Amino acid sequence: MASTIRVRATSSGETTEVQALIQHPMDSGFVKDSKGEIIPPHFIQQLIFEHDGKNVFTADWGGGVSKDPYVKFAFKGAKKGDELKISWIDNKGATDTTTAKIQ
Amino acid sequence: MKLRSAIYLASAALALAALTLASTLPSGAADKVDPAADAKAFRKFFTDKFPKVKLEDFVNGPYSMNEDLYRQWQEKEQFPPYEFSLEMGKEMFSKPFKNGKTYADCFPNGGIGIRQNYPYFDEKEGKVITLELALNRCREANGEPPYSYVKDEMAALTAYMAFTSRGKPMDIKIPNDPRALEAYEKGKEYFYTRRGQLNFSCATCHVQSPGERIRAEILAPALGIVNAMPIYRSEWSGMGTTSRRFTTCNSQIRAVPLSPQDDEYRNVEYYLSYVSNGLPISGPGARP
Amino acid sequence: MSTMANDFSATRRLILKGAGVLTLIGLGIVPLDVTKVLAAANDKYPEEAFKAKSEADAIKALYGKTPEPSDKVKMDAPEIAENGAVVPISVTTTLADVTSISFLVSENPVALVASYKIPAGTLPNVANRIKMARTSNVVVVVEAGGKLYGVSKEVKVTVGGCGG
Repeated sequence: MASTIRVRATSSGETTEVQALIQHPMDSGFVKDSKGEIIPPHFIQQLIFEHDGKNVFTADWGGGVSKDPYVKFAFKGAKKGDELKISWIDNKGATDTTTAKIQ
Repeated sequence: MKLRSAIYLASAALALAALTLASTLPSGAADKVDPAADAKAFRKFFTDKFPKVKLEDFVNGPYSMNEDLYRQWQEKEQFPPYEFSLEMGKEMFSKPFKNGKTYADCFPNGGIGIRQNYPYFDEKEGKVITLELALNRCREANGEPPYSYVKDEMAALTAYMAFTSRGKPMDIKIPNDPRALEAYEKGKEYFYTRRGQLNFSCATCHVQSPGERIRAEILAPALGIVNAMPIYRSEWSGMGTTSRRFTTCNSQIRAVPLSPQDDEYRNVEYYLSYVSNGLPISGPGARP
Repeated sequence: MSTMANDFSATRRLILKGAGVLTLIGLGIVPLDVTKVLAAANDKYPEEAFKAKSEADAIKALYGKTPEPSDKVKMDAPEIAENGAVVPISVTTTLADVTSISFLVSENPVALVASYKIPAGTLPNVANRIKMARTSNVVVVVEAGGKLYGVSKEVKVTVGGCGG
């Protein structure tokens, strides 16, 4: 598995619609496993989308976001072929980054 | 119009009652097994019961039965939760075994676009061969250990193979072999037999009550239910195969599940797939 | 085989690198350029708001004020969630100068689920999937032109999102 991040960014001229799906357990810290033991919290805290060196969207997340989280938003000022950089960091300090081309 | 559909319903119910009755008779009493007529009656039962649901939509399970659910599903399908499994399956499928061969070497057409032909009846062996079974046999024939039948790798591989077959009509054949007919008949019998503490058969939920709630969940129609496999279930927080669906269904009615790929499960899958012939493959699916 | 091994060690490196960053934060000496993820000061993760149990405390910790109702914020949420583990919720608004949109679930053990920063040029429309422990009001708060607006909708949950 190359990246934990899947992105679809499509431009319709003025606006670019972005959808992202990230592979992450998003354990809230409130769920018990089959042995009855609490699964410790493990979730993405921040997810950032950058275009042309500028933040276009920042998500601050808690453990209440679903497993393999999904988010959709749209922004202006980008064109087809531009790059979108996506990065996340979780509560244990793990990170991942990827770059997607706007279609 | 109303009267007409009422008559259809009544006749379908009668037909079903007759079916159920027939299957509970001791074997041999029902003198002739006619799968083609079965499949026709099975399909008609569902299309009469749900006249507003398009035939090809039955493969979408509970989502075809409830509008609020349908909208949530549409939203999920924008970026479906089985995406990671599908991608893993694609990678696994093309990655050679230690001996240099791949899954493609074990299947007709390199394994692409063939999901609709599984399970099939193997006349040499005299048994039903499911896709999951064929995948593990392929691994073992190439010196690799078999995978668990219920999730993870097996779900990923079958997800990919289903994906390459999406839209193709289910096409299960019953060869002219009394053992094939017997396997079909046994599968049908299993499907309509009540078991477990709840005393439910597969049909109790998936023929008599699709669209209705059992506790919190909306039941899927049996017609086309296998076409969507494997599925990502939110309740499982992950993927599950046909094997997983059968075993968990049995646990939920408080029956003791068989082992995955037990002969009886293979026969049920054979029956259920045959009566879903003609409906499109839609797997991998997403379910509540 | 070897690609697998590479993937694993790459992941491990990532995690180790991340752990280092976390330690630095703990000591309060994280340089601004350590990682882009933590780049600008206004992108700081609202730790306190995500610790608050109640929706009111979370909103106070995030914005320092209370929202007023608005008919310009439209929330799309199911009547009955198919499963509390995955509830699709989306929001659009016609309010001008939106700077932030937050999602809260009143009955969750931690009310705040997600908070999105909306810079100029980004549209005030967000869709996401959230967990709900039980039937509850879902609250969306929109910060626009320095003011706070909120809408609320009950979503019924029959299969909770906090079970196994």
